[in-house]
Amino acid sequence: MDNQIQSKSLRVVLTTLCSVLAIIFIYPVFIVLMNSFKGKLYISDAPFEMVTVDNFVGFENYISGMEKIGFLKAFGFSLWITVASVLAIVVFTSMTAWYITRIKTKLSQILYYMFVFSMIVPFQMVMFTMTKTANMLHLDNPIGIILIYLGFGAGLSVFMFCGFVKSIPIDVEEASVIDGCNALQTFRYTVFPMLKPIITTVAILNAMWIWNDYLLPYLLIGTDYKTIPIAIQYLKGGYGSIDMGAMMAMLVLAIVPIIIFYLCCQKHIIKGVAVGAVKG
Amino acid sequence: MEKSLKKYFPIFVLPTLIAFTIAFLVPFILGIFLSFTEFTTVTDATWVGLKNYARIFEDGEFVNALWFTVRFAVVSVISINVFAFLLALLLTRGLKGTNLFRTVFFMPNLIGGIVLGYIWILILNGILAKWGVTITYDPKYGFWGLVILMNWQLIGYMMIIYIAGIQSVPDTLIEAAKIDGATPGRILRSITIPMVMPSITICMFLTISNSFKLFDQNLALTAGAPANKTAMMALDIYSTFYGRVGWEGVGQAKAVVFFIIVALISLPQVLTTRNKEVES
Repeated sequence: MDNQIQSKSLRVVLTTLCSVLAIIFIYPVFIVLMNSFKGKLYISDAPFEMVTVDNFVGFENYISGMEKIGFLKAFGFSLWITVASVLAIVVFTSMTAWYITRIKTKLSQILYYMFVFSMIVPFQMVMFTMTKTANMLHLDNPIGIILIYLGFGAGLSVFMFCGFVKSIPIDVEEASVIDGCNALQTFRYTVFPMLKPIITTVAILNAMWIWNDYLLPYLLIGTDYKTIPIAIQYLKGGYGSIDMGAMMAMLVLAIVPIIIFYLCCQKHIIKGVAVGAVKG
Repeated sequence: MEKSLKKYFPIFVLPTLIAFTIAFLVPFILGIFLSFTEFTTVTDATWVGLKNYARIFEDGEFVNALWFTVRFAVVSVISINVFAFLLALLLTRGLKGTNLFRTVFFMPNLIGGIVLGYIWILILNGILAKWGVTITYDPKYGFWGLVILMNWQLIGYMMIIYIAGIQSVPDTLIEAAKIDGATPGRILRSITIPMVMPSITICMFLTISNSFKLFDQNLALTAGAPANKTAMMALDIYSTFYGRVGWEGVGQAKAVVFFIIVALISLPQVLTTRNKEVES
């Protein structure tokens, strides 16, 4: 990029502007963090007031919030569902994508277009019927929901894998077949390693979606098994009465794992999101 | 290779296909069918023709939700894209701390909709407390609250896409323009903007479809209050289904209409990016 700004004073002004904007962006999270240490009566009345000796309550909100919604259990369910679903999606949809790209039949074509079509259907369209179907097949538990996520996430993932498979040369695969590998071995040892960049992208996009998803797990397993978003919504209770102290503490606990994850693989996340956007 | 691979259909495609059938295909077809029936559960449906579609407009709620959603989408799309583009311009000038700023601006995008909603309830109610009201007092507070929330969440995301676009503008073009005596404004208007047009298109589609499909944030921030005046389409469908006995068919008909609108919005983008390879 050669349109760098030369004038020194202008650079200072723009850097200051960026800093101010960055502070504005972080401010809401900071306010939540601060309020999580204040007594609940002080929160709604004066959320922007700093923590003082009068309103400081230590970790009281964290303890009461964790008890109220069973945060650790919710964290466990969220983690299990996200990790297991992402693994299932990556393994099965990459296999499907490779197969339907390499085997050019009518059926492959039809499958491909069905997967692409599912990408543009909003969840509300199938919300009720999918829940009922899953109930009937006894998939309304933390294991069955993995299958539902695989099915509902298949569209975007197959689509992205197909795009990538098209760009890798077929010669390598043919060589491994000549060397005596069967299709499974060829996929496992030749194709799968080559898919690595797109696997990262698919895994990150799906992990972000499933970790934050509220409505699907709520309708399917929400009464018995609460994930983090369900647990937080549950804190609201009836008629808008919210224990603001517990709410603030739980919001902090919900955000912290995401931020740690983000800071650890920031590069992959930003790249994954950019590539995913281009692909719809 | 094709022949030996072909018989592996059950291993490579079947798992994904079964999950896809259960989670998407059957529910989708069933959903279309149920929109023409009256039902409380899937097995007791009776055919009523287009009656559900006529009943959509019986009360003003769906039209109100549609109008709210359209207004919201227009305001958000413009504000998010303008801010994101300006930030992207600012962060491609070789300023100090560019990476840190990028990290900060993108961060809200990773936080889930429910958590976002409750963060902003605290902030917005804290500000509105000066006038002795809350966010659910007047629909226009809910509207602007959602716009602010959506901006906070999506500006960083769109900024990343714009940055990628701006960085792909060849230096030589800008260099040549400078030698020809073009002002920075002229370079922006005649080189940068035309060259990043593909990014602009992607961001437009992404923000429009995200605005139309918004659910979690809407549920957490206002839940439609006051009197369903701030319910967007997805939330209106949800409350028709689960909040009113005897309206399930109408809910499903609304979902079909919603699907058609969302599909019309996202179809052009999926079609244009369909055959492009992932560059990663």
